[in-house]
Amino acid sequence: MQWETVIGLEIHAQLSTKSKIFSSASTQFGAKPNSQACAVDLGLPGVLPVLNKEAVNKAIKFGLAVNAHINQRNVFDRKNYFYPDLPKGYQISQLDWPIVGEGEIDIVVGENTKTIGVTRAHLEEDAGKSIHDLYDDYTAVDLNRAGTPLLEIVSEPDMRSAKEAVAYAKKIHALVQYIGICDGNMQEGSFRCDANVSIRPMGQEKLGTRAELKNINSFKFLEKAINLEVERQQDILEDGGEVVQETRLYDAVKHETRSMRSKEEANDYRYFPDPDLLPVEISNELLASIKADLPELPVEKKARFIAELGLNEYDADVLTSQKSLADYFETMLIGNESNAKLCANWVMGELSALLNKNQIEIQDSPVSAQELSLLIQRIGDDTISGKIAKDVFKAMWDGEGSADQIIDAKGLKQMTDTGAIEAIVDEIIANNAPQVEQFKSGNEKILGFFVGQAMKATQGKANPKLLNEMLRSKLT
Amino acid sequence: MSIHNKTIAQLSKGLNSGEFSSVELTQHYLDRINSSQLNAFITVTDELAMEQARSADDKIAKGNANILTGIPYAHKDIFCTNGIKTSAGSKMLDNFISPYDATVSHKLNQAELVMLGKANMDEFAMGSSNENSYYGDVKNPWNINKIPGGSSGGSAAAVAGRLAPFATGTDTGGSIRQPSSLCGITGLKPTYGRISRYGMIAYASSLDQAGPMTQTAEDAALVLNVMAGFDEKDSTSAERDVEDYTASLNDSIKGLTIGLPKEFFSEGLDDEVASQVMAAVKEFESMGASVKEVSLPNSAYAIPTYYIVAPCECSSNLSRLDGVRYGYRCDDPKDLEDLYLRSRSEGFGEEVKRRIMIGAYALSAGYYDAYYLKAQKTRHLISEDFKKAFKDVDVIMGPVSPTTAFDLGSVKDPVSMYLADIYTLSANLAGLPGMSIPAGFAQNLPVGLQLIGNYWSESKLLNIAHQFQMQTNWHTKVPQGSE
Repeated sequence: MQWETVIGLEIHAQLSTKSKIFSSASTQFGAKPNSQACAVDLGLPGVLPVLNKEAVNKAIKFGLAVNAHINQRNVFDRKNYFYPDLPKGYQISQLDWPIVGEGEIDIVVGENTKTIGVTRAHLEEDAGKSIHDLYDDYTAVDLNRAGTPLLEIVSEPDMRSAKEAVAYAKKIHALVQYIGICDGNMQEGSFRCDANVSIRPMGQEKLGTRAELKNINSFKFLEKAINLEVERQQDILEDGGEVVQETRLYDAVKHETRSMRSKEEANDYRYFPDPDLLPVEISNELLASIKADLPELPVEKKARFIAELGLNEYDADVLTSQKSLADYFETMLIGNESNAKLCANWVMGELSALLNKNQIEIQDSPVSAQELSLLIQRIGDDTISGKIAKDVFKAMWDGEGSADQIIDAKGLKQMTDTGAIEAIVDEIIANNAPQVEQFKSGNEKILGFFVGQAMKATQGKANPKLLNEMLRSKLT
Repeated sequence: MSIHNKTIAQLSKGLNSGEFSSVELTQHYLDRINSSQLNAFITVTDELAMEQARSADDKIAKGNANILTGIPYAHKDIFCTNGIKTSAGSKMLDNFISPYDATVSHKLNQAELVMLGKANMDEFAMGSSNENSYYGDVKNPWNINKIPGGSSGGSAAAVAGRLAPFATGTDTGGSIRQPSSLCGITGLKPTYGRISRYGMIAYASSLDQAGPMTQTAEDAALVLNVMAGFDEKDSTSAERDVEDYTASLNDSIKGLTIGLPKEFFSEGLDDEVASQVMAAVKEFESMGASVKEVSLPNSAYAIPTYYIVAPCECSSNLSRLDGVRYGYRCDDPKDLEDLYLRSRSEGFGEEVKRRIMIGAYALSAGYYDAYYLKAQKTRHLISEDFKKAFKDVDVIMGPVSPTTAFDLGSVKDPVSMYLADIYTLSANLAGLPGMSIPAGFAQNLPVGLQLIGNYWSESKLLNIAHQFQMQTNWHTKVPQGSE
């Protein structure tokens, strides 16, 4: 039987506000346990939530960036359940009236562009953290994270493969960083994905029973977890069984998913509007001013790279896939305006290769965009050849100094002195009569031999263009 | 006149003229509290009170006192008080020392008042008789076999029993007005949002409102001046300037139109209570007011509406009392579920558990529309009734409670108990300000007259009440044994 996979994602993006969504406690990551939890976060008797307007503004930004309808009147609800890291016994979230309504975003998988629907995005507070492995007989609770603002972004079940799901997650990940609402740090849990996965016989319209996969903290694991779940469901269905609606936890170490709770065990959250918070009213003026302040979105940037810089679709897509990458590239362009393609090649080629090899993020690159920009300028002004530049770049990576320092120190400056090159060329021609004969009798390939000899004699510094021209004129 | 029968206005004059000091005054009340049988206090904060009194005397001596400097009061134990046990009348919070001050507590401290202690109350403000307190029943100063009303029963008994010149209260369905009525004092529940709820332990967030409980309307105005105001820590508090509530006390009420809702004078209302209320209305007529019958057709739904809305909210508000971080925790829990189950089963009293169960049920999947949403709709209709009525009248009057104070232990059925609030619930559901003022006696027990005003009409209500108190002396009556 041919199966079709159906995937929807729920992404929790932590909004990068200074203080929490309903209190003035700091949201900074990594502080001493429970040192960033105030009376409100602790859920003391009598305390009340006060909405952080910055969280609202950031949610609106997201909505505008995915072309969504913004609900100018939206409501906070209480989601009631008991857990030690949920101090109030309820989470303040949004159920029927989320701040962001329907929107959409395009993804590129292989050659194809596909539009994925965003069902909604709503504001909510994060819970604290339960730490089960710190003490033998106890569970420790850290409430520093309690009350951190989250935007839960829910997609339509529009994705048909793990690859598409990853492409969508990456697009959202890039977008939230572009618009400056989330730092995107997956290790610290600032960006978390849950995947709803089901399969159905190809051609069937009715959706299969889904499982929700939780605890996925990287794109790699997202792909693995989905593929694993698809296999599991296929095995069940092909053995004549039935998939149970449940929440499953992904274990990256064991590479398996296991059941957390079934639908029957699921909580009845007894949602109702939070009477401590008034409905949020968003004025037309606020909407307009946030819209006006919105930075260039990835899709707009990509279009500009193609139209103004003459990059091809593929390059433009890669370079705009992450804000940090696009920022690096655009910084490099300064001083290299006429060499955009060369800059693109360097970022996507030499730089990416070394970054990947050393598992370094581009924002932490040992060679900054400004430094690399100067190197490209030296190629542009013929100080060095592209080939020599690669050696200079490696030296820069190793911390040997700036491009100019290295070029000077190693004497790598290209020979553009016609007289000097001519002397070397004459000498090579004089010493290699048989090869000269071969060239003259039509063996064009032998030209490479002369170039090689000349480069050897100049330690690669001869301007290749100049050298080629000179050899041709002297040999014919 | 004994010092403890003086109003705040009189005490303030005495303090500022040097007739007596705050230390003397405070000691006098502490002595009375210590020899009182009323059980009006959960915690008496004598040391703190004396310290605050000394500091107040200092201010007075230096001539930089304000009108309430050095005035003692009883603080309902629902308001968080920094460093002082704040129990809300519950075993659940018997060990809870609040690490912060409620906004109301803070404002009273800023105004240099002297807190005598924390007043007894029905557990988490749930009750109409003050029989639901973990700290025992409060007794009515007029007859110690009778209930004082609830939930602010300790506050009402303290003021009526002359254990404090005033007390704070909170009113979710009548918890200021009903005990004020049954104890013969003046109680004001302001418009929802007038006083900050921050630090006031929540029962039903959309209904809870704090207010003053005093001997007179003038005193209520003085205290409201301090308690009222927008608070950025409470999103539901109103961004509205605070008036000087004493400014219009002496305005004439000639030409006032009083609305009498026929639904407030139907079956269930004690005849003697009814005649006292009507006598008070007559008094207003003699002062130049006119009377009009109005109708609040949906007030019949006030009880069912309230007993959906309030339990729904409380079932969620009280979830934080789970035995994990503070408050009561059961002994030797065997696992997390056992910790939750036993801490809450052992920590909460019967009535609180009943309301949590009702609320959790009404909010559960499949019932939400039929209960919670329906209740929100009737709540809206009840508000609309009032809006309509206030097009024709300036104030609505009626009884506060259908009966006078009943015997302690006599009402066992919860639904019968809920009927005690039949006339007070509507004002909370609509968010309107309401008052109870002493209006006579029936069966030798006080009867209160209820005034319900339009939104933000506290000044008007206080003016009407004050004018009545200028003509009558019901508010000056002191229970035997409390003189």
